Amino acid sequence: MMYGYAWDTTTPLTFAISILPILGIGLLVTLKAAAVGYAIALVLGLVLALLRRSRFRIVSWTVAGFTEFVRDTPLLVQLFFLYYVLPDFGIVLPAFMTGALALGLQYSAYTSEVYRGGIDAIPRGQWEAATALNLSRLRTYRDIVVPQMVPRIVPSLGNYLVSMLKETPVLSVVTVLDMLGLANMIGERTFEYLVPLSMVGLIFLPMTLICSALIYLVERALPKSGIPLR
Amino acid sequence: MNPIIRFENVTKRFGALTVLDNFNFEVARGEKVTLIGPSGSGKSTVLRILMTLEPFQEGHLELDGIPYHEPGGHGPFKASEKHLHKIRCNVGMVFQSFNLFPHMTVLRNIVEAPVAVLKMKRDEAESRATELLRMVGLYDKKDHFPSQLSGGQQQRVAIARALAMRPRVLLFDEPTSALDPQLVGEVLGVIRDLAQEHDLTMLLVTHEMRFAREVSDRVCFFDKGRIVEQGDPELLFSNPQQPRTREFLSSILGEPAPARESLRRVP
Repeated sequence: MMYGYAWDTTTPLTFAISILPILGIGLLVTLKAAAVGYAIALVLGLVLALLRRSRFRIVSWTVAGFTEFVRDTPLLVQLFFLYYVLPDFGIVLPAFMTGALALGLQYSAYTSEVYRGGIDAIPRGQWEAATALNLSRLRTYRDIVVPQMVPRIVPSLGNYLVSMLKETPVLSVVTVLDMLGLANMIGERTFEYLVPLSMVGLIFLPMTLICSALIYLVERALPKSGIPLR
Repeated sequence: MNPIIRFENVTKRFGALTVLDNFNFEVARGEKVTLIGPSGSGKSTVLRILMTLEPFQEGHLELDGIPYHEPGGHGPFKASEKHLHKIRCNVGMVFQSFNLFPHMTVLRNIVEAPVAVLKMKRDEAESRATELLRMVGLYDKKDHFPSQLSGGQQQRVAIARALAMRPRVLLFDEPTSALDPQLVGEVLGVIRDLAQEHDLTMLLVTHEMRFAREVSDRVCFFDKGRIVEQGDPELLFSNPQQPRTREFLSSILGEPAPARESLRRVP
């Protein structure tokens, strides 16, 4: 019994059906963690990419070092670090927020590289035209660079969304009750792991497929030359 | 009257390569000057320095009385972003590869900067853009995207875009070099019309010698980062004094230029 739903272990099928509502609750947590983490990754990644282009060496080097460090250390280590070490510095976050933050941080390092590639792909002539028209740096990024960059980076950013979604079960190790966490608990109580764990895998499959399809649709809707500004 | 542009002993280096060496050059207000010469001779660099696309290391440069280097200025440009902004208010540039913004319509390409930089009201900027598009003969294309236009049409839009900022000095960096031969004429036509504007100072880098002869008040022949010879276009083209000029002109015009005197020579 969990969240008011009892399980029925008579046959694998009845078991699977009876734990579906419980896993559904876990799925919501999983999707929420991916959504929050991805939002952090998209915004923070852009900030990191822009800071890395700063004219001040100290800023660009610090950011480059940070990005490299985050990319080259395991997510699980970072997650444990945030969960167990931050409270020593007086920063206590709920397990869910810690998890979403860890995901967001790790993926912001990836997305920042995507943004960086996207910015580098803007032809030099576009920057020069912006300078010749006396547009400020902020305007140049907002009105010239970003609208042209977005269509080119949507596929790569989309890959990271799918990949992040598949990594959310990691959060279960810091007590977040996502799908995997709940399936594990069901297993501990019923001594029956095969069905709950298989269910988790089976539920993930359509989720990632839907994500990929959405990204494909977005990608197709965007013109290659940039987001049109009338 | 004071010259609007004044280069005084300007030296520009790319790493170990010196592109301009103690370069001196003045342009009078409203003057139309054509810069010719072999590639790598520094003529485009002069325009790019004026547009603040390239810094220079030594010497003095001013445009409309504003020096490019600020006293105590930092960075490669030895000036603050604010100061560079002030300089750019007086200059516009037309590029070889047009550099229109591909995600904006023709109208938006022209309206963007006046609204963002000159703080013009949008409808005011649009009526001005409309006027400019009529001038370059592309009013019917105002809602098209650059990719839907020919190269010649794109370049005419780029000229309108530069003019929308009301520059005192307009720089043309090989404006027809990237065009198919049959499209060159329409762009030159627009530039020819502009050359009638009394107040507009124009600097033009081009390989269109006949056109240079027709529109410019003065032609400067560049070689190895120096002006080797300059003067009235009629005289310079019909009667070049320097061997390098003769060589260049005959190579580009495909005929040997006769040598005679009567040409203004500049140190």
